[in-house]
Amino acid sequence: MTVIERPAVLPERFARWFESRGWTPRAHQLELLGKARAGRSVLLIAPTGGGKTLAGFLPSLVELSGAAESRQDLPTTRSPLLPPPLQGRSPSEASREGTDRPDAADTPPQRSPSRGEGAGSASVSIEQTPRRLLSTGRGVRREGGLHTLYISPLKALAVDIARNLETPLAEMELPIRIETRTGDTPPSKRARQRRDPPHILLTTPEQIALLLASADAPYLFGSLRRVVLDELHALVTSKRGDLLSLDLARLFRLAPCLTSIGLSATVAEPDELCRFMVPQQQGEARADLVIAQGGAAPDVSILDTREPLPWSSHSARYALGEIYQLVKAHRTTLIFVNTRSQAEGIFQDLWHLNDDNLTIALHHGSLDVAQRRRVEGAMASGRLRAVVCTSSLDLGVDWGDVDLVINVGAPKGASRLLQRIGRANHRMDEPSKGVLVPANRFEVLECRAALDAIAENAQDTPPLRLGALDVLAQHILGCACAGTFLADDLYAEVKTAAPYRGLTRRDFDAVVDFVATGGYALRAYDRFARIRQGKDGRWRIAHPGVAQRYRLNVGTIVEADMLKVRLVRSRASKLIPRGGRLLGQVEEYFVETMVPGDTFVFAGEVLKYEALVEEEVYVSRSASTDPKVPAYEGGKFPLSTYLAERVRGILSDPQQWRGLPAQVREWLEIQKWRSRLPGRRELLVETFPRADKHYLVCYPFEGRLAHQTLGMLLTRRLERARLRPLGFVANEYALAVWGLGDVAMCLQRGEPSLAALFDEDMLGDDLDAWLAESAMMKRTFRNCAIIAGLIERRFPGQEKSRRQLTISTDLVYDVLRSHQPDHVLLRAARADAATGLLDVRRLGEMLSRIKGRIVHKPLDHVSPLAVPVMLEIGREAVYGEAAESLLAEAADELAREAMQ
Amino acid sequence: MSAQASRVSRTSGDLSRKGEGSKEHAIVISETTLHADPAGALYWPEEKLLVVADLHLEKGSAFAARGVLLPPYDTAATLARLARLVGRYAPQCLVALGDSFHDGEGAARMSMVDRIALQALQRGRDWLWIAGNHDPNPAVNVGGRFAETLVLGPITFRHKPSPAACDGEIAGHLHPLARVARRGHAVSRRCFVGDGRRLVMPAFGAYAGGLNVRDRAVAMLFGSRPITAHLLGERRLYAVAAVRCLPD
Repeated sequence: MTVIERPAVLPERFARWFESRGWTPRAHQLELLGKARAGRSVLLIAPTGGGKTLAGFLPSLVELSGAAESRQDLPTTRSPLLPPPLQGRSPSEASREGTDRPDAADTPPQRSPSRGEGAGSASVSIEQTPRRLLSTGRGVRREGGLHTLYISPLKALAVDIARNLETPLAEMELPIRIETRTGDTPPSKRARQRRDPPHILLTTPEQIALLLASADAPYLFGSLRRVVLDELHALVTSKRGDLLSLDLARLFRLAPCLTSIGLSATVAEPDELCRFMVPQQQGEARADLVIAQGGAAPDVSILDTREPLPWSSHSARYALGEIYQLVKAHRTTLIFVNTRSQAEGIFQDLWHLNDDNLTIALHHGSLDVAQRRRVEGAMASGRLRAVVCTSSLDLGVDWGDVDLVINVGAPKGASRLLQRIGRANHRMDEPSKGVLVPANRFEVLECRAALDAIAENAQDTPPLRLGALDVLAQHILGCACAGTFLADDLYAEVKTAAPYRGLTRRDFDAVVDFVATGGYALRAYDRFARIRQGKDGRWRIAHPGVAQRYRLNVGTIVEADMLKVRLVRSRASKLIPRGGRLLGQVEEYFVETMVPGDTFVFAGEVLKYEALVEEEVYVSRSASTDPKVPAYEGGKFPLSTYLAERVRGILSDPQQWRGLPAQVREWLEIQKWRSRLPGRRELLVETFPRADKHYLVCYPFEGRLAHQTLGMLLTRRLERARLRPLGFVANEYALAVWGLGDVAMCLQRGEPSLAALFDEDMLGDDLDAWLAESAMMKRTFRNCAIIAGLIERRFPGQEKSRRQLTISTDLVYDVLRSHQPDHVLLRAARADAATGLLDVRRLGEMLSRIKGRIVHKPLDHVSPLAVPVMLEIGREAVYGEAAESLLAEAADELAREAMQ
Repeated sequence: MSAQASRVSRTSGDLSRKGEGSKEHAIVISETTLHADPAGALYWPEEKLLVVADLHLEKGSAFAARGVLLPPYDTAATLARLARLVGRYAPQCLVALGDSFHDGEGAARMSMVDRIALQALQRGRDWLWIAGNHDPNPAVNVGGRFAETLVLGPITFRHKPSPAACDGEIAGHLHPLARVARRGHAVSRRCFVGDGRRLVMPAFGAYAGGLNVRDRAVAMLFGSRPITAHLLGERRLYAVAAVRCLPD
């Protein structure tokens, strides 16, 4: 590979620019530049505000500016889009995505502007613009080709970065073309980008997959020198990371000179990210690591409230007055919450208090895009005093000058909290200021644990994933769309992707078989194969329709089915109103439980559900201030294992209570006196009678998802022990099960024994039997089926006509499960269940941890520690024999009516 | 006799429920009492007649031909469930109420194993395929007899409910489904839906989808008469007034 041998200092032009801004290049920026220019792949770990993005682009900008200097002809012959700066058009203008209008001069006529990538390389073969001569079509190496790919998890981030690069490019007069490519990029521009690629392309993992799945990928990417992976810590924790890793493996094969740069927030295991970034051969290849030093320690505190702390609530309503005062005392405040409904609630309540008419806005992923962009714009230009937001603002898009971050509710993880707090004060050398507002007593403990972890600089980011088989299936089909492949070659390539390092040949072949004919033991579909192996041993798609279908279904994000929410006037007559302003989208399952007349909070208002008309939810404004449907869907992120352990540590050690508010200390004192405190490594199980029922409450601290799974399994066991359980409810910290049988007495007699009740073997047959029924498991399977390409995505607008063609994946799941339980998709779904919605793995670790350390404390009545979870009863949906008892209840109502 | 058999086989399952499994679920149509089975079939004890609707055999392979490679086990699954019912009721006659095959070529695509399973079910009893809109013509090589409708005493069996009001009709075609919600939880199940004069049966096929009983197509069928949905539960059926079910 060619390395420009030069000392790792900034070229003159760059040094001058830094100077003109009054900046000094940071040590980590220069270190990264040096390593990258020496042809190394590098991971940069830096806190928010550390000049990470600029660091990531510097090597490419330096290289490209050098190339431009040595080859004067580059800008003019390569691209008519990029006249030399003298002609008065700055390169940044050409790169601006937001104002991207298909310009007649730049855009050849499109014959088939089909959806998405359909146009692809085939439709650009006719070049009707006579004024330039460019190599087009397949098999011809492009003169320039891409130099750098920048991949980010958010398309907004790509657009934002493009905008931020405009200034330095213009000021340094660098003739470098930077463009974005996202789902919003018009087909004409996409086609042009293939034919005449920019130097630097900013895009998302899905777009890379699409580009790789075309026949001209080798020519497009052959000259690629660098790939910059932004927010890598966020990308690698999901299936998108799996997809990205497979795409990287392919890019490294197509582009012999490729190196990578990773940009990440602080993580627990940087080595894992370093491996992710480079091809894994024999031994362990790793990117170099550069860690930005310094950065002022953040100034984080727990809100010192004068109000009584709630036992059990997620609203933090008690603290609103104090939150409002904080907003007033700062320039711009970000108020982070964990769920959409929390955001809605707090936003509404803040406006009730807002006597000063402060500009407070709301931002969450379900709001209409236009609405979100307005908030982001106002934020960036400093017109807002506060934004109440969810994780939709978690990632690094720069929203201006925030001087305070308030985190409402449980932090869930120390690293995650640190990243959020880092949003305050985008300058590394000043401390970020954060205030934690626990919504209830348990969350006080969690906040305390998170603060201690931050003080020790301990990280608790999740470990790297094992590559998912459904994502691999999608990738294999993409490879067949790009051209033919030999199974041996592709297997070797896939194994260079870090998440798939351990993939067995057997699993790989099973996935290829799935892609070809469904992977069924009953070989019924050979004649319907999607890919076939030719006599030459190479696999290729069976017909062009396969590639078309692949392009429509690429990606690993499977949204819950969303319904549009439209605001209409209340329906006085029977006539259902039409049209109405679009407020945003809600999940279909949320609407499913509502009946017309129900009220709920959305888009900052109390709304009344009027009707569901053809995939749109019609709502009207409600005069009610007390919405009927509470809609707290538990946070997406469970309490991290690390924080959970710290919380148990605080609980078990009264020495550590000094940092806690007096009311929380008192609560724990009484617990100690009435019952006992759960030990650091033990599981406390309390039993007590209450209103002719018997309760069992345990405190595993493993998060709501794991607790729900545990509750389901315990219920089955108690039922077998004839203790007649009636239901259970779980929160982040505890689980309560109740029933008619005297569970305390049975446990004391050892029938069953505690050890037997919590034995790990519940994860065997019981779990299997439950998974068969579990709605969450069915949802997990559906996601796998869509990602793997077994069934197709639903697109808005197509719903009606496609309805006959769609099939319920629940039915498919039932049939497949009973006929081929080891099918590759079921294995993929089970692997997801282990970490995802069911958190089975965590439950397993907990059960093995507490073995021989379960303490039973029989009580006469409810203990102080049990109060929070007991209060959830009635507020949360009750599980157990839910479906059947629900049906029985509905049927009984009819009987009562008949008897009147 | 057969009712006895049904009781025996049901109690052989999980015993721990609250003893609700042993109740027979009777549906009366034009003063004829029929037993609805939670598997989605109807049994007429006097006639020793078992009725199932909308088997949609070979739906999986029909999708596969269009590139959606659904598991090819739906025919086997449907026939296995049917075999359990035949074992339970030992009917003298079995009526498949139309759309027994997902399409005209469905029967031809059936595997040898499934064909043999079907033949075993047919042995020793009358088997009547009623014509459906998916399979309007008699299929070859599948045994049984073919008919457009079957009239038995006061009851007429046909695939597609007749648009005109009528008394004593049992039909399929619509794949009715009902949804009920309590305490923020919704449950959706296949169901029988009827008004005492006419009954629409749930689809029996493993891959058969569903139509909400609150859909206009169902409402139009019954006019203004109150209708009841009989939702299929694990071990019993649940009768709920259709107006109390949720729309989609």
